[in-house]
Amino acid sequence: MNLLRLFSRPRSAPAARERLQVLLAHERAATGGDADLLGKLRDEILRAISKHMQIDDNKVSVRMERGPQVSTLAVDIEVPFDAGKKAA
Amino acid sequence: MGKVIVVTSGKGGVGKTTSSAALGAALAQGGDKVVVVDFDVGLRNLDLVMGAERRVVYDLVNVIQGEAKLTQALIRDKRVETLYLLPASQTRDKDNLTSEGVAAVIGALKANFDWVICDSPAGIERGATLAMRHADIAIVVTNPEVSSVRDSDRIIGLLDSKTLKAENGERMEKHLLLTRYDPLRAERGDMLKVDDVLEILSIPLLGIIPESMDVLRASNIGSPVTLADQGSAPALAYFDAVRRLKGEQLPVTVPGEKRGFFGKFFGRKAA
Repeated sequence: MNLLRLFSRPRSAPAARERLQVLLAHERAATGGDADLLGKLRDEILRAISKHMQIDDNKVSVRMERGPQVSTLAVDIEVPFDAGKKAA
Repeated sequence: MGKVIVVTSGKGGVGKTTSSAALGAALAQGGDKVVVVDFDVGLRNLDLVMGAERRVVYDLVNVIQGEAKLTQALIRDKRVETLYLLPASQTRDKDNLTSEGVAAVIGALKANFDWVICDSPAGIERGATLAMRHADIAIVVTNPEVSSVRDSDRIIGLLDSKTLKAENGERMEKHLLLTRYDPLRAERGDMLKVDDVLEILSIPLLGIIPESMDVLRASNIGSPVTLADQGSAPALAYFDAVRRLKGEQLPVTVPGEKRGFFGKFFGRKAA
């Protein structure tokens, strides 16, 4: 019985380790030194772009993904068809 | 000037008070003048673990409120001459700990002791941030268990942002003390291994305290484990931790772990 359990039961420590790594990567991003880094980035990018073209505040998305080695910042801005004309 | 150490953790019940008492006693046994300060206002347990619960007259809050002098509140240990305790108040409102008051007390203790060990309350509330504020060195006590590791990560973040050292742009010296470690269960794959915890938290390892009956026995009789049972595995681990704290380069071996021939000579490297 004991032997059976030993063979059938998966080790739990690797699961703990993996869960922690994923969780902490997110928490560090959220509570790190710049708690609202993304918010600030979003506002400044918006301000810079709206100098030159009319854009909708809600159609800008800023995403940051942190990996162990490299983090990527993705900025997605939807520009309306006639935005350039209006601003000019 | 003495060094101020904060013994902290996010989660409660991981062994902060036990470790504060054990490390304090071990340092004092080496001849250093040590005071252990209980910052857990409202709960207070350090006096009990150190066997001084019936000798408390004045406490930290009395000193901060100006109702007692620091020398009146300090309790000298009966076993080790150079070991002192500054107890926490049990009945008072914990808001009585003012930032200026704590600064004044720590300043006075630093001038008179070689080591000031601050036993922090659990959590990330005001009491915990006050306890760590003036620290030169932080000891983060962690169990090899998911919730403890997660909360320790949070505390490490606070140590890097909410302390005087951090605010002055200096680097806070941080150490990991892994307590309640069971090498057999880690070997079986049912407990996070030392290397897992180190990799996740990435602060240098001060010591590994094995899970042991001796720790409970020592607190039952009101004695730091380094005094009660000096030859026991946890006591030896605390003595080693103290040597590292004093700057000695000492390889960290997992107590009780079966090591190969080479493992005996090349232990885990302490940072």
